[in-house]
Amino acid sequence: MSRLDISVNGKSISVEVEPRTHLADFLREQRLLTGTNLGCEHGVCGACTLMIDGAPMRSCLIPAVACAGAKVRTIEDFDRDPIMGELRAAFTAEHALQCGYCTPGMLATARDIVTRLPQADDARVRRELAGNLCRCTGYVGLVRALRRVLDARRTDAA
Amino acid sequence: MKAARFEYARPSSCLDAARLLRDSAGMGKVLSGGQSLGAMMNLRLAQPELLVDVRAIDALCGCVVEADAVTIGANTTHAAIEDGRVNDPTGGLMPYVAAEIAYRAVRNRGTLGGSLAHADPAADWVNLMALLDAQFRLEGLDGARTVESADWMAGAFTTALREDEILTAVRIPTLSPVARWSYYKVNRKTGEFAEAIAAIIDDPARALRRGLIGATEGVPYVFPAGALIDRWDGAVADTHLQAAGLTPDTYEYRIHKTALSRAIAQIAPARVRPA
Repeated sequence: MSRLDISVNGKSISVEVEPRTHLADFLREQRLLTGTNLGCEHGVCGACTLMIDGAPMRSCLIPAVACAGAKVRTIEDFDRDPIMGELRAAFTAEHALQCGYCTPGMLATARDIVTRLPQADDARVRRELAGNLCRCTGYVGLVRALRRVLDARRTDAA
Repeated sequence: MKAARFEYARPSSCLDAARLLRDSAGMGKVLSGGQSLGAMMNLRLAQPELLVDVRAIDALCGCVVEADAVTIGANTTHAAIEDGRVNDPTGGLMPYVAAEIAYRAVRNRGTLGGSLAHADPAADWVNLMALLDAQFRLEGLDGARTVESADWMAGAFTTALREDEILTAVRIPTLSPVARWSYYKVNRKTGEFAEAIAAIIDDPARALRRGLIGATEGVPYVFPAGALIDRWDGAVADTHLQAAGLTPDTYEYRIHKTALSRAIAQIAPARVRPA
């Protein structure tokens, strides 16, 4: 076991962790934060995507012990986040999810698109979403949901 | 799938990392961003007994700008290059290539040095560094040394790195403001590893006309592109495709030939950059 000092959802903790435990398993099994889902566990499906130090990353590819000093934010920490609120409403309105398994990772990626690429057109949104797989909706709803939030924010800024 | 059991170390110097690697007697592995290694370990294709995490080593971070080159630290992420957070000696070529590597969530963690040390022939940086004639800076227990890009890869997933050495940085010659470039890769899906890569650099200020055929089963193939840059010549292209190790009349041959013709068709006009 190794000692790990890490911030999870705004709370600094110091815990023991097996080096082989990846970040997603650590969050789900030791911190009981089951909002982070695991699909492929080799970096392709994007279901486990969450925020590390403000940027989306794959929590299945990173040993928890390698996150010493990092600030991790899971989907549970975004309840009161205004951008995530807009995205949740748009996902509902545009049918951007069905079973919901990909949704936590989709929202992490979507939030990154909204903050980093406010001018993104539909082609760019599709390219940016390529790292998150959804087997239910066919992506049209997801692109529309992103479009809705990007357009609304642009109108608000004007 | 879950990784097999391993020990974890996070040294703060190259020397400590090299010692840990030597003491592991071949069972240690350097962890940088881990975006390939993590997947291989979860699939149990790789089962190192020790991971030496080099992300806390300051000597692997940052970049140094000289008059004719930029040296970029091995720990630099693809996203940092994509966003222009490190100095770009290539007039936009490196950020262009970085933006097409895998997905943003991977680019936020994966590093230039990690990708180069992994040496997947279908990955972008090993191919681009060969085209740019970069130098590889290594550090180990016997001290530091430099490896030329032509000597970096011995084959797929095989580099000049010795067991107790780590890659610290790459030194990339600066392209002149009148240089033109193109980079074309064939992917069936956005973000996947390339099935074919072709690229061209034309830098009149350095009398440099160079082509690349990459994502073969072997090492990147760099060749003097000469007049091929100005006018497509199928017979000349065939000579190079075969020299790159490709077999005529195969699917791989055809997509590499198409990639090369498109790289030449797409070579961008020179863009004068601010000094």
